[in-house]
Amino acid sequence: MSLFDNKISDLHEMLHKKEITVSELVDHSYKRIGEVEDKVQAFITLNEEAAREQAAKLDKEIGSKDQFGLLFGMPIGVKDNIVTKGLRTTCASKILANFDPVYDATVTEKLHNAEAIIIGKCNMDEFAMGSSNENSGFYPTKNPWNLEHVPGGSSGGSAAAVAAGEVPFALGSDTGGSIRQPAAFCGVVGLKPTYGLVSRFGLVAYASSLDQIGPITRSVEDNAYILQTIAGHDKMDSTSAAVEIPDYLSALTGDVKGLKIAVPKEYIGEGVREDVKAAVMNALKVLESQGAVWEEVSLPHSKYAVATYYLLASSEASSNLSRFDGVRYGVRSDNAKNVIDLFKMSRSEGFGEEVKRRIMLGTFALSAGYYDAYYKKAQKVRTLIKNDFDKVFEKYDVILGPTNPTPAFKIGEKTNDPLTMYVEDILTIPVNLAGVPGISVPCGFSSEGLPIGLQIIGKHFDESTVYRVAHAYEQATDFTRQRPNL
Amino acid sequence: MSRISVDQVKHVAHLARLAVTEEEAEKFTKHLDAIIGYAELLNELDTENVEATTHVLDIKNVLREDKARRWLTQEEALKNAPEQRDGQFRVPSIIE
Repeated sequence: MSLFDNKISDLHEMLHKKEITVSELVDHSYKRIGEVEDKVQAFITLNEEAAREQAAKLDKEIGSKDQFGLLFGMPIGVKDNIVTKGLRTTCASKILANFDPVYDATVTEKLHNAEAIIIGKCNMDEFAMGSSNENSGFYPTKNPWNLEHVPGGSSGGSAAAVAAGEVPFALGSDTGGSIRQPAAFCGVVGLKPTYGLVSRFGLVAYASSLDQIGPITRSVEDNAYILQTIAGHDKMDSTSAAVEIPDYLSALTGDVKGLKIAVPKEYIGEGVREDVKAAVMNALKVLESQGAVWEEVSLPHSKYAVATYYLLASSEASSNLSRFDGVRYGVRSDNAKNVIDLFKMSRSEGFGEEVKRRIMLGTFALSAGYYDAYYKKAQKVRTLIKNDFDKVFEKYDVILGPTNPTPAFKIGEKTNDPLTMYVEDILTIPVNLAGVPGISVPCGFSSEGLPIGLQIIGKHFDESTVYRVAHAYEQATDFTRQRPNL
Repeated sequence: MSRISVDQVKHVAHLARLAVTEEEAEKFTKHLDAIIGYAELLNELDTENVEATTHVLDIKNVLREDKARRWLTQEEALKNAPEQRDGQFRVPSIIE
C-alpha cells in the first residue's frame, strides 16, 4: 500500500500522532514522480524547492501546535490554468511558456491559507480546450492504466497524477466535462461544482459562463474536504454566488433510503458502449439495494448540447483569448514590423491548432450577420437544456448516468476530425450548460481493463446530495480503491 | 456547397488577429464548415419565444465600492512584458 492510499483524515491523524512528517509526505510525492513521470507526463512544472522548504517549515511548527487544519501539509497538484504567484503558469500553451504570475488565484490563496503544499502544475489541453490532453502545447499526458490510451482532458494531468499516486489530490477545471471525463478515464473521483460556488478569480478564462474549478481525488470523502476548502463567495469574481457553504462531510451518511434517482434515457441509449451501460446499470442495482429508487426520464434536448456548447464556448473563448497579444505578457514574435503584425504573428506562433480553430469558430459565430443565427440561437437552446434539468429536478433528487459513452480511447484515435472528439463530451456538456454540479465516481472496468465512470448530477448548490450518493455507492463497492500497475 | 468560403475564413482570421497560410485557411474552411454544418442541428428547434441564457445564476449588476486599493506595482505589471521601456509596454510603430 502506498502512503497516498490513505485518506486526508488518515494522513492528518498520522501527522498528529507524529507517525509521519510533512517532509515525508512531500518526499513521497517527488519520489513517485521520479519513478513514473517519464511515462505519465502529468506535470508541466514542479515546485520542488519551495515545497520542500515549506514542508520543513511546517514540520517545525507542528511541534508547537495542538491543532492544525485537515489540509495542513497535504501535497496537492494544481492544473496549469490556475495562477500561482511566482510559480510558472502556462495553460500548456507556448504563448505562456515563460509566464510568471504576479498574484495568486483565490483557490491558490485558499490552499496556502490551509497550508497545503503545491507539488507542481499539472499538464492539460492547451487553454483547457480538448478531451484527451493531446492538445497540450508541450507533451501529452498518458493514462496510467494503459499508456497507449489518453487520460482524458482537459484536466488530464490532474487526473493522471492522482491515479498514478504522484499526488493524493489535485485541482482541475471543468468547462464541458474537463474534470469529470478525465476522472472517469483515470479511475478517480472528480467533481464539477455548481457554477458560482468556487471563485474563478485567477483561473485563466476559457468560457467564463461555464468554467468551474473542482477537486480530483481518490475518494469521495477527500473530494468533500477539498471542496470545503475552496468553495465560497469571492468579491473578486462577480459571478461568484453569495451562498452559505454547508458542511459537506456531514452529508456522507451512507444513507440513500428513499432517494429518488432519475436516469435519462438519452444517457444510456445509442452511442453508449455496452460495457459502460452495464456498469451503470450495476451501480443502479447497488443504490437500489441501499434503498434508493430510480426511474427512467427524458432530457429531450440532450442531442443539441454539443452544438450549443461549441458555439457558446468558442465565442466566449475568442473574446477571452484576445488578451494574448505579445505585449503585456507571453511570447512575442520577433518577425513583426508593425503592431497588427505583432498581434497576428505572436498569436499564430504561440497558439496551437485547436485553440486557433475555436477562436476562429467563435469569431465567426459573433461576427456581423451571423450573431443571431449562431450565438444568439445557441443561447436560446441553452435555456431549453437548462429547463430540461429544472423539470427533472422538480421530482427527483439526482440524475445518474455514465460520465462518458466509452472508456479512454487510444492516443491518436480521434485527432483527425475535431467533431468526433467534440461528441465525446455529450454526457458532460449539458451539466455545464445548466450550471448544476456533477461528479464522476469509478464504477467498473471495461473489457480492456480501463476504468468506467458513473456520473451523479445534482440540483444547483446541492453538492451535499451528490456527495451523499457518491459516498454511499463508494462504500458498497471497491472501485475507488483499485490502482493501476505502473 | 460549402457554408463558408476560404475568403470568409481569411476575413475571420484577420478579425481574430491570426495570421493564416493558404494551407491553414483551406484546412480551417473544411473544419469550420463541418462544425457549422453540425451546429445547424439547432435550427430544428423553434426558439422564437425562448429567452436567451447568458448566465445560469440569478445575479445581476454586482457592484462594489469604488475605492482605491493596493494591487500590482508598476514593476509587477511589467514583469512579464516581452519588451518595455521607461515603465511602459513597448510595441512596434503604430503609425507608418
